[in-house]
Amino acid sequence: MSTGAKDHAQLSDIFNKDEARVDWHDETLWFVRAKRDKAANSLPEWEALRETASQIKDNVLSNLHDYLLQFEANAEKNGIKVHWAANGEEHNKIVHSILKESGVNRIVKSKSMLTEECHLNDYLHKNDIEVIDTDLGERIVQLAEEPPSHIVLPCIHKKKEEIGDLFHKHLGTPEGASDPVFLTAAARDHLREKFITRKAAITGVNFAIAETGEFVVCTNEGNADMGAHLADVHIACMGIEKIVPLRKHLSVFLRILTRSATGQPITTYSSHFKKPRPGQTMHIVLVDNGRTTQLGREDFRNSLKCIRCAACMNTCPVYRRSGGHSYHTAIAGPIGSILAPNLDMKNYADLPFASTLCGSCSNVCPVKINIHEQLYKWRQVIVKEGYADPKKAMAMKAMDFTLSNPSIYKIAGKAGRWVLKHAPFTVNNKLNLWYKHREMPESPKQSFGEWYKQNNKND
Amino acid sequence: MTSREEILAKIKINQPGTRPLPADLTTVPGGMESITQFKTVLSAIGGAIVEVSNFEEIAQYIQQEFKAKKRLISTLPELASVTESGWENKDPHSYEDVDLAIIKAHFGVAENAALWVTEDLMQQRVVPFICQQLAVVVNKADIVATMHDAYSKIGDAEYGFGSFIAGPSKTADIEQSLVLGAHGPKSMTVFLLG
Repeated sequence: MSTGAKDHAQLSDIFNKDEARVDWHDETLWFVRAKRDKAANSLPEWEALRETASQIKDNVLSNLHDYLLQFEANAEKNGIKVHWAANGEEHNKIVHSILKESGVNRIVKSKSMLTEECHLNDYLHKNDIEVIDTDLGERIVQLAEEPPSHIVLPCIHKKKEEIGDLFHKHLGTPEGASDPVFLTAAARDHLREKFITRKAAITGVNFAIAETGEFVVCTNEGNADMGAHLADVHIACMGIEKIVPLRKHLSVFLRILTRSATGQPITTYSSHFKKPRPGQTMHIVLVDNGRTTQLGREDFRNSLKCIRCAACMNTCPVYRRSGGHSYHTAIAGPIGSILAPNLDMKNYADLPFASTLCGSCSNVCPVKINIHEQLYKWRQVIVKEGYADPKKAMAMKAMDFTLSNPSIYKIAGKAGRWVLKHAPFTVNNKLNLWYKHREMPESPKQSFGEWYKQNNKND
Repeated sequence: MTSREEILAKIKINQPGTRPLPADLTTVPGGMESITQFKTVLSAIGGAIVEVSNFEEIAQYIQQEFKAKKRLISTLPELASVTESGWENKDPHSYEDVDLAIIKAHFGVAENAALWVTEDLMQQRVVPFICQQLAVVVNKADIVATMHDAYSKIGDAEYGFGSFIAGPSKTADIEQSLVLGAHGPKSMTVFLLG
């Protein structure tokens, strides 16, 4: 998504203009978070599951080289063609060349955050290939010409009336119709026609099993299956970190994924693709796009454990009140804010600062990623590398100078109190970011240091 | 260097020292008995349960409840009398107008009401997804407690495609309002046999 040079704070300002919508967005996501809590609390072994999932992922990251080779060998034995892409561009080229070879120029695609990350739709569109997103939420944002604002609930920022308007314009539903049941039925008819007529389908991958060479795709709608089982060509796109060593490990991940995401005990469909059906060709594209670099950053490596449940977004007080689009990256929220700077530190330097560091994200993460600690660490890296907002960097330098020098600290304190008392207009204005949404404090008569000195003398 | 070699070489340099795999988790004995839990969870996720003692009862139920439906198919020879014959080896697109498909599951899972179905039980992979309504027959004796039991049951079984199916297809993408029948079946009936 192109947002020009706008950062998270500026983009949040746009979202925050409509206060009623912010409240509604906040409450809707908190409702999802509450469902997650109920599901997690219903399992006495929840913490053991998180710990096990985390340890399996630790093992994966420490053996990724061998697991990828094992997966490749087994997948090929199963009749699946395996491709490797160093970056998003190569991924897009591979997908395009497969489609070209198959003579296909209209395809269906189920949800894949990786293809969002690589901007596949744009690329294929430029090469005259029509892509229909088949997940209902993704189809809605596609019709609105927007990116998804949430990785599990792509159009969570949209009201049903807005969706009704979109459907009226694009699918011909009656004007003003906004009932979710009615709109979903209209989308079902609209997309059935696409499933029936398209010859190639792209899906994402939730888990890929090294031991067997199979991959698992989870959906509630059944759109990945409808696409894949009707198409002559199935292309599955995955980040290299999606590997799981053994088939039985799926039990752990399928138990935590949907409970963390929406509070459901499991998705409606957890489909295991091992071999193409007779007459079908099946491809897997393994994509790096910065993951191997992140693997080498000790402090940030375990962000690669992420299973894309979005629990960290639903719980995040900043995400809930700023909306997914304010993160200007395919994966929003706390996890996105530790993944994006790895890809482009300059462009995403604002994201690790879009957090209160409250730690709620780390508490709900089903694979125990220390998300808030990584946000804090990214801030230090970004400032050190010189990518911080210049105003912020200057303020921090001034702070550093003042706090490390006692006499300057005393003078600064005095000056601050004087200003608040005698010239409040110099800080109570729009130029002071701290004044936004809050009143400046009343000026105390003296500092603690002065008070202590005085009272100590009196004793 | 190809991208494959490049990626693998970079991983080799950057991956940390080996971390061991954790011990297997096993099912923690819960409060609820498996069959009861399966039934409770299935209705919570929008499925319907019909307890039967034999296939005649299933056939009767289908004739009664789905008599208005035009196209009924099944992979079960026991239900041949109430379903279409010779449907199996057609183009998958031709099942688009199937009103009801009745298939068998290997087993069900109590904690999430998911049913494990592999390709051999579907005839055609698309069948349980493209039909307007789905019915699945599972033996009462084949309900396991959790996903850990499920995967030990699957073991190293060979299949081209398999899926855990839990309830009718659904979406809540519009304002978190739950709607049954997204792209797949609008309803799911489970015949609990035995």
